Amino acid sequence: MIEFNGVHKWFKKLHVLNDINLHVKPGEVVVVCGPSGSGKSTLIRTINQLEPINEGTLLVDGMNLSDKKTDINKLRAEIGFVFQQFNLYPHLSVLSNITLAPIKIRNTPKAQAQQQAMALLERVGLAEKRDAYPTQLSGGQQQRVAIARALAMKPRIMLFDEPTSALDPEMIGEVLDVMQKLAKSGMTMVVVTHEMGFAREVAHRVVFMDQGQILEVAPPEQFFLHPQHERAQQFLKQLLSPMH
Amino acid sequence: MDEFLNFQVIADNFTYFMIGRYPKGPLGGLGLTLYLAVVSCILSMFGGLILGLLSISKKRWVRWPSVVFINAVRGLPLLMVIFWMYFLLPALLGRTVPESRTVIFGLTLFTSAYMSQIVRAGIEGIPRGQTEAALSTGLKHWQAMIYIVLPQGLRNMIPSFVNQFVSLIKDTSLAFIVGVSELTHVGTQINNRTMAYPTEIFIFIAAVYFVICYAFTSLSRLLERKLSVGSSA
Repeated sequence: MIEFNGVHKWFKKLHVLNDINLHVKPGEVVVVCGPSGSGKSTLIRTINQLEPINEGTLLVDGMNLSDKKTDINKLRAEIGFVFQQFNLYPHLSVLSNITLAPIKIRNTPKAQAQQQAMALLERVGLAEKRDAYPTQLSGGQQQRVAIARALAMKPRIMLFDEPTSALDPEMIGEVLDVMQKLAKSGMTMVVVTHEMGFAREVAHRVVFMDQGQILEVAPPEQFFLHPQHERAQQFLKQLLSPMH
Repeated sequence: MDEFLNFQVIADNFTYFMIGRYPKGPLGGLGLTLYLAVVSCILSMFGGLILGLLSISKKRWVRWPSVVFINAVRGLPLLMVIFWMYFLLPALLGRTVPESRTVIFGLTLFTSAYMSQIVRAGIEGIPRGQTEAALSTGLKHWQAMIYIVLPQGLRNMIPSFVNQFVSLIKDTSLAFIVGVSELTHVGTQINNRTMAYPTEIFIFIAAVYFVICYAFTSLSRLLERKLSVGSSA
């Protein structure tokens, strides 16, 4: 589904992605973690080319991202992306936030798009907020609408870039719940997160990154109990310490 | 002169101040001033939008010419631009162009250059995440611009737009150097004819400009309030 082969990326002199090799299978849930500045956000943003890569090949859904003939807009429509800062459109109602892309890209009739949007709002538990504007919602609610917006295009892959990092602690659960249900439904997901509970319960594999490199890829039970790499051990120790 | 101020001259020439020789002759006076302002205003709104979008294009061969053009125009006095149009347009088109159209063209060119920078700032003021969110759902760049960035950006641009239009209304007075009989020109004509009342005439003209500009600013404040209510309710 997603294939990184020897991918490199530089920001000027900074080597943000260093020889990335990673294959994500259909239906798989991969959690990417690592200290800040390790390149995990950049990694996930290359998958729908919000960040272009400089070297190597990246295949997504059978399409080569470096190929000039690849229709990048079409590919993006197949990939849902959820941002740390939600990025809902503040000038549009919740319903219009969700229906915009299906109407404009898929030419879905408005009534049908709204019906589908309502079904999605139902699914994330926010049906009663259809006419609200994003600023009237809490962070957790906004993020759930953002997930619904991404799902409205019926994507084959969902990417989450630290979806709970901007949330108050009491709102993290509601967002993780939605994500967990999504994972159970068989969606292919790549999730950048520090929520180790989520990783442990939902992920099929955990990817640990530091300084632009993938240092470890392992199933969660193995990663959390017996991390191989020294820096992964340090990272987990800090993250799981009671003072954290 | 018996009295200090004698506004009888205004009353005597009031219709001439307002509409010139219209309807027996061409429109003039305040009517022409408003006509010049409104037409140039609408044209430069589009001109500014287009120039602004071009000037932030990712393609260098699109961006460069527009940036050069914008900076060239902004580096010239408006008076010069109108003069240029006056001589350049007939040469380019190979036929005479009505003076009022020359002025509209000059004003539009000049104001568009300034408006383009308001547009640019307005667009750049919208967080990058908005565009990214739109792109990530499969929207093309221009769709992200039209449906997501511009609706938010234009709202922020309103106060600067209004500033520019108020300047534009006042700038129409420069039309008088190429013989367009707008308000200021009409004022000097009447002054030349009557000789005795320059103070009264120019106080009156100043007052008219002020009233129009003030009315416009108030109107826009109303519009702004209305729009901002729409976004949060």
